[in-house]
Amino acid sequence: MTQSTGKVKAVNGNLVVAEFDRDVRQNEVTYVHAEGLRLKSELIRVRGRYAEMQVFEDTTGLREGDAVEFSGELLSAELGPGLLGQVYDGLQNPLPELARAQGAFLQRGNYLAPLSSERQWSFTPSASVGATLAAGATLGSVPEGIFDHRILVPLAWEGTWKLTWLAPAGEYTIQDPIAKLVDAQGRERVAKLSQRWPVKLPIRAYAERLRPSEPLTTQVRIIDTFFPVARGGTYCIPGPFGAGKTVLQQITSRNADVDVVIVAACGERAGEVVETLREFPELTDPRTGRSLMERTLIICNTSSMPVAAREASVYLGITIAEYYRQMGLHVLLLADSTSRWAQALREVSGRLEEIPGEEAFPAYLESVIAGFYERGGMVRLNDGRMGSVTIGGTVSPAGGNFEEPVTQATLKVVGAFHGLSRERSDARRYPAIHPLESWSKYETIVARELVALGRRTLRRGNEVHQMMKVVGEEGTSIDDFVTYLKAEYLDASYLQQDAYHEVDAATPRERQVEVYGWIGNLLGQALRFASKDEARSFFQRLTQATNDWNRTPRGSSEYEEARAKLDGMVAEHAVGNEGRSQR
Amino acid sequence: MKTTYTRVEQIVGNVIAVRATNVAYRELAEVSSAQGRSLAQVIRLESGRAFLQVFAGTRGIGTDAEVRFLGHPMRVHFSEALLGRAFDGSARPRDKGPELEHSWVSVAGPSVNPAERVIPRRMVRTGIPMIDVFNTLVESQKLPIFSVAGEPYNPLLARIALQAEVDVIVLGGMGLKYDDYLYFRDTLEAEGALGRTVIFAHTASDPVVECLMVPDLALAVAEQFAVGGKRVLVLLSDMTNFADALKEIAITMEQIPSNRGYPGDLYSQLAARYEKAVDFEHAGSITILAVTTMPGDDVTHPVPDNTGYITEGQFYLRGGRIEPFGSLSRLKQFVNGRTREDHRTLMNVMIQLYAACKESREKLAMGFQMSSWDQKLLSFGQRFEREMMDLDVNIPLEQALDLGWRILGECFEPAETGIASKMIEKFWPRPQAQPSAATARREVGSAR
Ligand SMILES: Nc1ncnc2c1ncn2[C@@H]1O[C@H](COP(=O)(O)OP(=O)(O)O)[C@@H](O)[C@H]1O
Ligand SMILES: [Mg+2]
Repeated sequence: MTQSTGKVKAVNGNLVVAEFDRDVRQNEVTYVHAEGLRLKSELIRVRGRYAEMQVFEDTTGLREGDAVEFSGELLSAELGPGLLGQVYDGLQNPLPELARAQGAFLQRGNYLAPLSSERQWSFTPSASVGATLAAGATLGSVPEGIFDHRILVPLAWEGTWKLTWLAPAGEYTIQDPIAKLVDAQGRERVAKLSQRWPVKLPIRAYAERLRPSEPLTTQVRIIDTFFPVARGGTYCIPGPFGAGKTVLQQITSRNADVDVVIVAACGERAGEVVETLREFPELTDPRTGRSLMERTLIICNTSSMPVAAREASVYLGITIAEYYRQMGLHVLLLADSTSRWAQALREVSGRLEEIPGEEAFPAYLESVIAGFYERGGMVRLNDGRMGSVTIGGTVSPAGGNFEEPVTQATLKVVGAFHGLSRERSDARRYPAIHPLESWSKYETIVARELVALGRRTLRRGNEVHQMMKVVGEEGTSIDDFVTYLKAEYLDASYLQQDAYHEVDAATPRERQVEVYGWIGNLLGQALRFASKDEARSFFQRLTQATNDWNRTPRGSSEYEEARAKLDGMVAEHAVGNEGRSQR
Repeated sequence: MKTTYTRVEQIVGNVIAVRATNVAYRELAEVSSAQGRSLAQVIRLESGRAFLQVFAGTRGIGTDAEVRFLGHPMRVHFSEALLGRAFDGSARPRDKGPELEHSWVSVAGPSVNPAERVIPRRMVRTGIPMIDVFNTLVESQKLPIFSVAGEPYNPLLARIALQAEVDVIVLGGMGLKYDDYLYFRDTLEAEGALGRTVIFAHTASDPVVECLMVPDLALAVAEQFAVGGKRVLVLLSDMTNFADALKEIAITMEQIPSNRGYPGDLYSQLAARYEKAVDFEHAGSITILAVTTMPGDDVTHPVPDNTGYITEGQFYLRGGRIEPFGSLSRLKQFVNGRTREDHRTLMNVMIQLYAACKESREKLAMGFQMSSWDQKLLSFGQRFEREMMDLDVNIPLEQALDLGWRILGECFEPAETGIASKMIEKFWPRPQAQPSAATARREVGSAR
């Protein structure tokens, strides 16, 4: 098919209209030629002979009559060995290589290959010649850092294929033929180590989707215990600026119990990605003993980078996540912030003069957000292995008010809601996830009854606290006062967690089970105090002692001592234990 | 090829449309009419028509106005000759100095590749304890002062600029009162800093479109100095005026507003400017200190709200003081671990105690009984406000830390502060008194 060509007719910001001559395709990639550059764009609407395109770059210097080239290909990701450890922009340009090629500033119109065409990979074939295979079936593998990267029958190939030739074990680049397959009509196609997939379409080469039931431990206590995330689940973190969304995602990207983490920095500060970029190569992943960067991929389309590419960046992230899922791996995609992507949609929609919905967001905002989160999931692959994509997105609501379209559309489709509150972050109660407003549909890693008890204590403690503001401490009964202190204690010594402390920053699953088991018992324990002052002083000391416990490495002698000290403290006031009291 | 067109087909707000061919998007033009001359910029091309935003406004422009396209987008002269000079939002001299031609650099250029950025490392000393101790300013940070009109934000900016050890100061004034422009100029001059300063000032009486150009001009010049190895401080006052200018233009262009009349791309527009703040690994840096006035003292107003999502913290200026609550330097942890070993401890403890003091004040206001602990907190709060929060206090960080210990020492027993004993031994200002049983308890509440 001969591709269409066109000429620019109108320019409005990054929206360009061109008149074209042959057939075109919705969402195909186009290139606008201007000032000697080829600017990548995407066709987003066709009206008569006019194609409307969003240009992924600054459009300064474009003129009427400039040439437009239509590629016929949808915006696609390059998928193959060598993705992990990369730092890409939203169009999958490797940023460090761009810097080497053109210096400190991002010059428009430069596109580099996402994967090296020179690097040799040592391929081990595993499929048998003559076998009938479908998209996603394993042909062989190459070692990629910490994994065997499976080479799959290209995911875009429909139907079944007979393997007629498979390359012998050896060194190959992503350009070399690795297998030949023929379809039922006898057409032959060649597979290579890498393949392409259109980013806006979900990869569906699996046997079935399963309900997310396995917990994904983040090592953030308030999450794993109270508002858990499941492998293959989805969750969102809305919160006003400065409440701790980014810090929460950063520590999750370090500590989450998954095989691969994809960080999509979408439309927020460049400086925050730099921290990940510079620190991860130096950090060791305790699961593998290798650099954290080997399991991480960063997609970076920060706030001053082209707005139109924000959308591309989240889709690129989810596509790469699905690709690794096809290898039977568990992948976590963290997107910060989905609101910036929604705003990019709003900007384009405005230029297209579409009828706006609430706060000028387009009417299709909800379905776009739903479609995105629906790409998360736990699947059983065709060969029986399991793989998952978990999605965690931050939301940056205007004015910190959750009653806005992006937060509301997101809440409808996710499985867990970690709502950050200004009140808690102002009080430096980090992570500032609100314990009374957040929720999760997934299973906790600790005993369910104890979580219910914890929730009741928090709710009741809050009621007492509100009441105390009116009647004062004087007017509060000692029982109520103790409930309030228990709630504060649970908050201060379990829900709050110091992201910058070596030990406290990450609490593994077994440790949470143990610590929360202890705290849960305390919450259910009747305690006796002579006065409110005595009660307050007791809980202050208990908080301090529990925080000391949280800060000692598990398995050390200090750890056991700290726990024993806590037991001793409680025994002094436990009702029913008077006989053993030491006073 | 400089062609002149004389068919103005449409005049709406500050935007005119002319029939013209071979015009480039964002190209500059000169519009001449009986009113005089003005620069204008192409903001839209459509079927043989170019829409231009006229910098001086369209008042008095006739349909026979001459539009001469200049063949280049907005640009600004760059050389050392800029230092000591003042310009308006069209980059024409405001002072009596000569026009500067040639050595053009384009404005609103490409952004820095994130892979080329480095983690910031250097503290900017301001002599203001509320900044140096509690929310340390860091080189390459972008940080606004949130305040209501009437607060002394411009004197604060000027003071930080004078105190900070930077090579170049670039001042971008947007909707600046003429008096404030003169205040900046005279203060910088009196302190001998004008020679390392460049001013781009749009004053309240200048055409609104010129207001839009100021941040780009200031930042383009700053970027050139920084690439040349200079440590540059950019002052932008007031970014709310810039946002309001955006709003005005957007409404004229019949864009659908997203929130209280502001255009949907307000976030991206602000971010494109603030993200110019940078620390180059092998060259200089740009630090941006801005003013964002909050209409109605409302932080959820779209301008401060979008700003807060972009910048690396904010200083709340209220009642002539920098508020410790709400103020935040997101970069402080990169530097305050390497200033003095007691810095972080003192920062946390004093804020926690001040928060506790506020609770005691509330209780007092509600008529509840004041315990002896409450009394201590109240007197601490008073001294904290007078001796550290007051903007007249101007002392180096180390002296401020010493002062902090002195205040703590005179208000509390060591154990009441919850400070680790190692720190107490080293820094507590007087020989440790035997704490009484009643006061030895840590009563700072649940703060950690
Ligand atoms: N878990 C945490 N522990 C300690 N400090 C935190 C934590 N989360 C956030 N902070 C503090 O809050 C600041 C803002 O957090 P950030 O994640 O950038 O907010 P957001 O992304 O919601 O705007 C951080 O710079 C840090 O000082
Ligand atoms: Mg953030």
